[in-house]
Amino acid sequence: MFGFCTDPDTLSTLRWFACYLTNGAHFLFYQSFLVVFALLAITAPVSLAFGFGAAAASRARIAPLRWIGKTYTAMVRGVPDIVFFLFFILVFDQAIEYLRHRIVCPDWTEPIRQGANFLVCDAARTPQGAAPQWVHELYGFALAVFTYAIVFGAFCGNVLYGAMRAVPRAQLETAEAYGMRPAQVFWRILVPQMWIYALPGLSNIWLILIKATPLLFLLGIEDIVFWARELGGSRTSAYQYPHPDWRFWYFLGLLVFYLAFTRVSEIVLDRLTVRLSHGQATMAGEEQRRAARA
Amino acid sequence: MKTILLSAAALALAATASMAQDMVRMGTEGAYPPYNFINDDGEVDGFERALGDELCARADLTCEWVLNDWDSIIPNLTSGNYDTIIAGMSITAERDEVIDFTQAYIPPEESVYVALSDDADLEGGVIAAQTNTIQAAYVAETGATLLEFATPDETVAAVRNGEADAVFAQGQYLEPVAAEDADLAVVGAPVALGGGVGLGLREGDDLIAAFNGAIDSMKADGTLNTLILEWFGEDAATW
Repeated sequence: MFGFCTDPDTLSTLRWFACYLTNGAHFLFYQSFLVVFALLAITAPVSLAFGFGAAAASRARIAPLRWIGKTYTAMVRGVPDIVFFLFFILVFDQAIEYLRHRIVCPDWTEPIRQGANFLVCDAARTPQGAAPQWVHELYGFALAVFTYAIVFGAFCGNVLYGAMRAVPRAQLETAEAYGMRPAQVFWRILVPQMWIYALPGLSNIWLILIKATPLLFLLGIEDIVFWARELGGSRTSAYQYPHPDWRFWYFLGLLVFYLAFTRVSEIVLDRLTVRLSHGQATMAGEEQRRAARA
Repeated sequence: MKTILLSAAALALAATASMAQDMVRMGTEGAYPPYNFINDDGEVDGFERALGDELCARADLTCEWVLNDWDSIIPNLTSGNYDTIIAGMSITAERDEVIDFTQAYIPPEESVYVALSDDADLEGGVIAAQTNTIQAAYVAETGATLLEFATPDETVAAVRNGEADAVFAQGQYLEPVAAEDADLAVVGAPVALGGGVGLGLREGDDLIAAFNGAIDSMKADGTLNTLILEWFGEDAATW
């Protein structure tokens, strides 16, 4: 990074740290924060969509649809996150390979399950063994994102279902009295009004989602926890920048990062609550109305 | 966005499916200097990186390095996440039942204890070792209480903070650690364990012949010994 970094052994403390914190391994550490942000940026809207679908299905007039919506939320909410993560990723990965195996290798005679091994033909391997490493990493990341979305979608579904029921019945009846069809009542009256009731629950889920991102580490993805442990471990002079066990400082850094991130989230969510309360038949909305009149 | 990612992955898959199948994925731990570690540039480095690249060059293979935690390194090989284990893995009969090994590229080594003081109780105390290593199996056989950790660094940290009385691991890993820490020292007698270090491959994999041939040629022209001396010091055992 800096010109003076060529011989770390001769550097003063300040320069040593300047070089140490800008070496290639640390850049990978900094990049891994982007992995966390990317996970959040993709997972949050997808979970919200899953949740919206689940909530709408749970309210549906068609019974099988209702069963699907309710079973999904009840099942995912009832299983510990970690169990679901470890189990679902494995199952999903094997399901993809199994389906591809059935399609591309119909003549295969050997059993796929041999003891503890799950062996499909080479052409069905996902990703392909010859694929470059970044494809393997992207595939793992996509699996993780999908699993996060399913887990947090179930929580969102439950919150949105409750929020839909919290919208005053009189609002919907009035709409019906105006001759709106059920779909119109849903999209024009119910959905715009439910967000304010959903927000406290959704903001909770958002904070829990942020705090669940270190689970990526368990899934073998090189996230910030992986690099904090890797870089913090004690290093002998086999490395250019030897140091004792600094895991304490690295994990402290992660702690500060997560605290700051959740704090900023809270501030943004508080502002959003004020905005969404505007003109609503809730206590906060009522207060805004009074304050404006006074 | 998810679909974009997935379809990008699918496109990449389609694009690479036509590539030659001789891409060999080399699985390593990246946490066991000087055997293998992630260097300051964030790349896999160490004796096994140098060795692996040379073996691939001699066997005319295109190789790529993949990191994997030690405790799941064998299951991930058998399930096809990578094609070889090159991670300081000693050849043992138990492992040979699950995977195949090439011939050894490092001669049988000695394992040593490292502790804070000379009078550490190696027979009845608490001894730290990495999970699923021959050293952990050995400690379990002695009267000592075995304390297992996922990474080598954590086993040493356990001794530094007093959680364990001593740590037991390959001497080539522990000796530099002890030499650079004034508090730590090698204690007790070294123990000869394992049948040397070799590459692990899936059972019946054709690559074994290619790697055995490459190791033979490196043993024959002395480059393997040069490499061992370069990474493990002048006193290291050679072929």
